Amino acid sequence: MKALTLEHLNKTYKGGVVALRDVNLTVEEGDFFGLLGPNGAGKSTMIGIISSLVTKTAGRVVVFDHDLDRHTWEAKASLGLVPQEFNFNNFETVEQIVLNQAGYYGIRRRLARQRAERYLRELGLWEKRRAVSRTLSGGMKRRLMIARALVHEPRLLILDEPTAGVDIELRRSMWEFLRRINQEYGVTIILTTHYLEEAESLCRNIAIIDEGRIIENTDTQSLLTRLSTHDFVLDLKHPLEQLPAKLTFNVRQLSPRQLEVEIHKHQTLTALFSELAQAGIEVSSMKNKSNRLEELFLRLLQGDRDGSSAVA
Amino acid sequence: MYWQRTLVALGTIARKEAQRYLRIWVQTLLPPAITMALYFVIFGNLIGPRIGPMDGYTYIDFIVPGIIMMAVITNSYSNVVSSFFGAKFQRHVEEILVSPTPNAVILLGYISGGVSRGLLTGFIVTLVSMAFTRIEIHSIPITVSVVFLTSVLFSLGGFINAVFARKFDDISIVPVFILTPLTYLGGVFYSISLLPDFWRMASMANPVLYMVNAFRYGILGASDINIWVAYGLVLMFISILAAFSMYLLNRGVGIRG
Repeated sequence: MKALTLEHLNKTYKGGVVALRDVNLTVEEGDFFGLLGPNGAGKSTMIGIISSLVTKTAGRVVVFDHDLDRHTWEAKASLGLVPQEFNFNNFETVEQIVLNQAGYYGIRRRLARQRAERYLRELGLWEKRRAVSRTLSGGMKRRLMIARALVHEPRLLILDEPTAGVDIELRRSMWEFLRRINQEYGVTIILTTHYLEEAESLCRNIAIIDEGRIIENTDTQSLLTRLSTHDFVLDLKHPLEQLPAKLTFNVRQLSPRQLEVEIHKHQTLTALFSELAQAGIEVSSMKNKSNRLEELFLRLLQGDRDGSSAVA
Repeated sequence: MYWQRTLVALGTIARKEAQRYLRIWVQTLLPPAITMALYFVIFGNLIGPRIGPMDGYTYIDFIVPGIIMMAVITNSYSNVVSSFFGAKFQRHVEEILVSPTPNAVILLGYISGGVSRGLLTGFIVTLVSMAFTRIEIHSIPITVSVVFLTSVLFSLGGFINAVFARKFDDISIVPVFILTPLTYLGGVFYSISLLPDFWRMASMANPVLYMVNAFRYGILGASDINIWVAYGLVLMFISILAAFSMYLLNRGVGIRG
């Protein structure tokens, strides 16, 4: 079953700014789907329309076979939103915020209390349930928004840059939590993020949006295999005075102890190491020069704007 | 099933609204009690005896219904305007907008908050007034229905104000420059029979006059106007404002991108 279908979605804001241009997109049930794009590409507008915070100019939104315009209650009840910015009442307690959200979905108080306890415990906020929300730390506020979005147990959870501005430890724990609810509870997740490492690590499928259009929509692995080259930085065991001239790989010396190597699809790391060993160069460690998806993302955007295919 | 869920959603908004004004009772419930007590002391006890009877009643008895109504009007309006604008300003209105709660329920929930605060304040002011005079209600059905409908009407007014408001100044302009003059000139402190013909006719264009007088009729049994005209006007205004509020909500004016 399709968790989300967008058909011919268009949005033009007052003043003529076109945010979405005939967007068609489907997300399968159980997917962990990444929506990537630069600032102003239309990601937040798209999420706003799906979550009813933005009115569309034209098109159709279907959530688990429920048309958002015709079967509004069913469609909205299937959907949970974790917005980019904190949007809860600063004067209410953590528990009140979660209970009220359950109430808006028609969940009776008794069941709402059970669920609030469950999700607040899972997100490490149970001890803070009586704290007024404005006194929480930034990380706690992020987790509160996730608990609030889950209290009605949606089948589709949309997170708009959920880890923006959070520390590495919290980001990793949120990744774990999202993986778990996706795998164990079967919640379909749509994630927008600027951290491409996050998308590469979490998402099975990715769509890239730019200037209001979907310019790429495929699975993460296929996307990554389309990169024709990988760049690596090699740390050397012994300092190197001069780079041997006879190397067949495209190697650049960054410092006496560091080399940068570009490896093409048809080349192998085994061949590289063999060649370096023959030249008497010992490698102590190696890392990707940059995030692979980031590289691809930039090339796709550039290609789309130039009207050419930049990914070989 | 749908109706059960809708009622839960309505109850949630109504409870949240009541919790809001009860949590800040020092700002919401206490001030009208003190202000209205001062009105009773100054206009009722100190100046009232020198003014003499008004429409056949002692001055304090005459102003009690108007002062109660003034508290109801002000509090119903200000509760909804500040709560809904606050929800927009802090963006937690989005909690409701993303949920399946129908627009009519959102409106009803906020109106219920305004009405409950308006009626509670009216009750508190009534208790305060009983320290100054003896209140005998002429018609309980008329008194209760008029105060309820007036509270609904001004809650709707507050809602529309909040929908259009973009900054905090915008939620004080209407109460200060429109609502207060209309209330003070709406026959709270005087009978329009005292006015010259022109001003009496001009006063007839003030909708607050009808509500204050209908309420006064409910308590004292005396009114400057026909109370059925008052009922008709209040119901007409409620219908217009409710329809306009629903139009604004359905269009997403001021709340959806």
